[in-house]
Amino acid sequence: MPVYFIRRMMQSVLVLFVMSLLVFVGVFAIGNPIDILISPEADQHEIERATRALGLDKPLWEQYGLFVVNALKGDLGRSFVFNIPAIDLILQRMPATMELAITATFMGVLLGIPLGMWAGLRPESFSGKLIMSGSILGFSLPTFWVGLMLIMIFAVFLGWLPSTGRGQTREFLGVHLSILTWDGLRHLAMPAFNLALFKLSLVIRLARAGTREAILQDYVKFARAKGVSSRRIIGVHVFKNIMIPIVTVLGLELGSTIAFAVVTETVFAWPGMGKLIIDSINLLDRPVIVAYLMVIVFMFIFINLVVDLLYSVLDPRVRISESKG
Amino acid sequence: MKRIFAATGAGLAAAVFLASAVAAAEITIGLGADVTSMDPHYHTLSPNNNIATHVFGTLIDQDEMQKLKPGLAESWRIIDDSTWEFKLRRGVKFHDGSDFTADDVVATLARVPAVPNSPAAFTIYTKSIAGVSVVDPHTMIVKTAGPYPLLPTDLSNIFIISQKQAKAATEDFNAGKAMNGTGPFKFASWARGDRINLVRNDGYWGPKPAWDKVTFKLITNDPSRVAALLAGDLNAIEIVPTADMAKLKTNKDINIFRVVSNRIIFFHLDTDRDVSPFVTDKQGKPLDRNPLKDLRVRKALSKALNRPGIVDRVMEGEAIPAGQLLPDGFYGTSPNLKPEAYDVEGARKLLAEAGYPQGFAITIHGPNNRYVNDEKIVQAAAQMFARIGVDAKVETMPSNVFFTRANKLEFSFMLVGWGSGTGEVSSPLRSLLATFDAARGMGTANRGRYSNKQMDALLDQALATVDDAKREKLLQQASEVAINNLGIIPLHYQVNSWATRKGVMYVPRTDENTLALEFKPRS
Repeated sequence: MPVYFIRRMMQSVLVLFVMSLLVFVGVFAIGNPIDILISPEADQHEIERATRALGLDKPLWEQYGLFVVNALKGDLGRSFVFNIPAIDLILQRMPATMELAITATFMGVLLGIPLGMWAGLRPESFSGKLIMSGSILGFSLPTFWVGLMLIMIFAVFLGWLPSTGRGQTREFLGVHLSILTWDGLRHLAMPAFNLALFKLSLVIRLARAGTREAILQDYVKFARAKGVSSRRIIGVHVFKNIMIPIVTVLGLELGSTIAFAVVTETVFAWPGMGKLIIDSINLLDRPVIVAYLMVIVFMFIFINLVVDLLYSVLDPRVRISESKG
Repeated sequence: MKRIFAATGAGLAAAVFLASAVAAAEITIGLGADVTSMDPHYHTLSPNNNIATHVFGTLIDQDEMQKLKPGLAESWRIIDDSTWEFKLRRGVKFHDGSDFTADDVVATLARVPAVPNSPAAFTIYTKSIAGVSVVDPHTMIVKTAGPYPLLPTDLSNIFIISQKQAKAATEDFNAGKAMNGTGPFKFASWARGDRINLVRNDGYWGPKPAWDKVTFKLITNDPSRVAALLAGDLNAIEIVPTADMAKLKTNKDINIFRVVSNRIIFFHLDTDRDVSPFVTDKQGKPLDRNPLKDLRVRKALSKALNRPGIVDRVMEGEAIPAGQLLPDGFYGTSPNLKPEAYDVEGARKLLAEAGYPQGFAITIHGPNNRYVNDEKIVQAAAQMFARIGVDAKVETMPSNVFFTRANKLEFSFMLVGWGSGTGEVSSPLRSLLATFDAARGMGTANRGRYSNKQMDALLDQALATVDDAKREKLLQQASEVAINNLGIIPLHYQVNSWATRKGVMYVPRTDENTLALEFKPRS
């Protein structure tokens, strides 16, 4: 186990390093931040001052070298636009995205697995078919459009839910969470559902396919022959067996939900990290782009590790190998 | 009887309305662009300056047509060509209760160049100032390096902080600690990327604001902002998307306020190089000379543009055809300049005269996320050019790529826009049309490298003329020279628009600012 961890960590450091280099060079190639940030009325003198102030007068390799030296000290640079440390900016925005992504994932799991298993157990029934056609809509309709439709229906016509924004927050362990207040939950409902829709459909499909496969397996027949109740067969044995693909997909999905919830965040004016990264790219705020992607890479690595560990819990045949990792 | 009843009904309705107006002295306004800092001297960016205008005062204010009016300075006068006297308003207090005096102005002017890491400093508005002296707490003398008529205009962009905050860091403003101004509203809180809360400053020297509490919500997505207004979550929004305009106008619960803006949309074209990278013959082979250097060709391209058509179809009526750098009535605009008429035949004739009876080929570049409908405008223009035999290819890109390439002079013909923050015509003349001269700060955005000695001379003279009437004449002449020579091809002026829920009124502004002070409940 320790060898496994060390190996994974070393891989992660390498990935982080390569990532930072790619992003640095990539952003450099897009354009010059000064051209975007500077006041159009500025003269050459002011342009040169700003270039120096942001450290953009140095050659690329020197800028990158400085970045790496500072990063090793834990400083990922200061946002050009906001003039605060990039990492602070990201961490400030993170709770909003996290609560959105986690709520959405919960919605996906809590609704998706029962619906999918239901459809898998009764594939020919009307309800089963209805669930399946619904799931097709779920991942073929564009998030952007669904979000706007939700706003039109629930906020503009029915007036049940607030249209956009994040609700009142309450501090919990030093983090501002809106999930703890009624107003916050009302604001969270639509964006979380919008974000959950794709995941929900995915989980339904995976659960249905898994269930259909599992109920034909020998162990199910054997359990039935032994007289185990159908509730226990489905709720325990089948359930455990269909979870492997679902956990894999959800693990990857959770990562991308957190990292790229940008469409939902934009439509619902949700002040999360996804909006931050898009704004930063538009303004070529390189420190934020680099820091953000570093955080995201780190998060993906972490989630994948958790997923690998979960496999061994769910399926005793999967062992974490000491030697190969 | 019926009439009496109706009258009572109306009276009752009025009473109810008044009661609700008193109780609901809160307004929530949706803003279309993110605010990045509370520090009034960190980044001169319209959304930031808009918020600063609420909390801080300026010596000189701009009204809704960008005409200067007294702010914290009650009056100002020229003593000699490079010396100005400002009389400061008495009895003005900062939000913390301290008195506003000339020392605060001195402290502000000292802080402006000292803000670290600024990506766009406010020094562009203070660089002409050579020295400041305080005569008494309410009188000060400002010396400029040479005659500088734009000093009052420049000072209308400088937000005055208290001398107590002279050493405050950007973080102190962001955290709210240093948000101590003289403006109509006090800072309450800021949730980055989400909202800004302000409360009324009861000690404000000017007209009393109608709202106890103001909430600005940052909703950068256009359809979402409109939906939030329709849902009643917002009382007002800025930047009404052109696509929704027609629908909102027919909605009885919504008021629309529009005014022509100080932003012109135009084509900049390479009039400098003998061979321009994106102008070729129709087979794609390079031409031996650059047709854009020929005034007749530029004239033909201008005549080929159906400006009313673009305004009507692409802009859904939310623009006004342009014939010069700023809409009529702005300081320095010429009454003799009118939008070029659409004339395909005339354009063809001019092209033939210039030696291009078969036309040529060109690529038009433009941003696709910077100006209202920018990509569609370029596409429409390309089709119009095709009608006079000029094959135009279209290439648009995100503004972060576009402006870097445009500044490197990689393009031959490009769509750009210019908003005159100063509200007068010397701003576009010196940035867009003056001969490029890095040392003197002329032509910094002259991406076509247009150069005309006569225009330069007129502009230089204007910039050194302190007498307003004489200067206006010179600026008008400079505009006429530049526009008649088509240093740029004007297309249209954008229209600024705001939408409010019924019962809220707004005075629309040419400068795109959304000021809570100017929103009023209908009385």
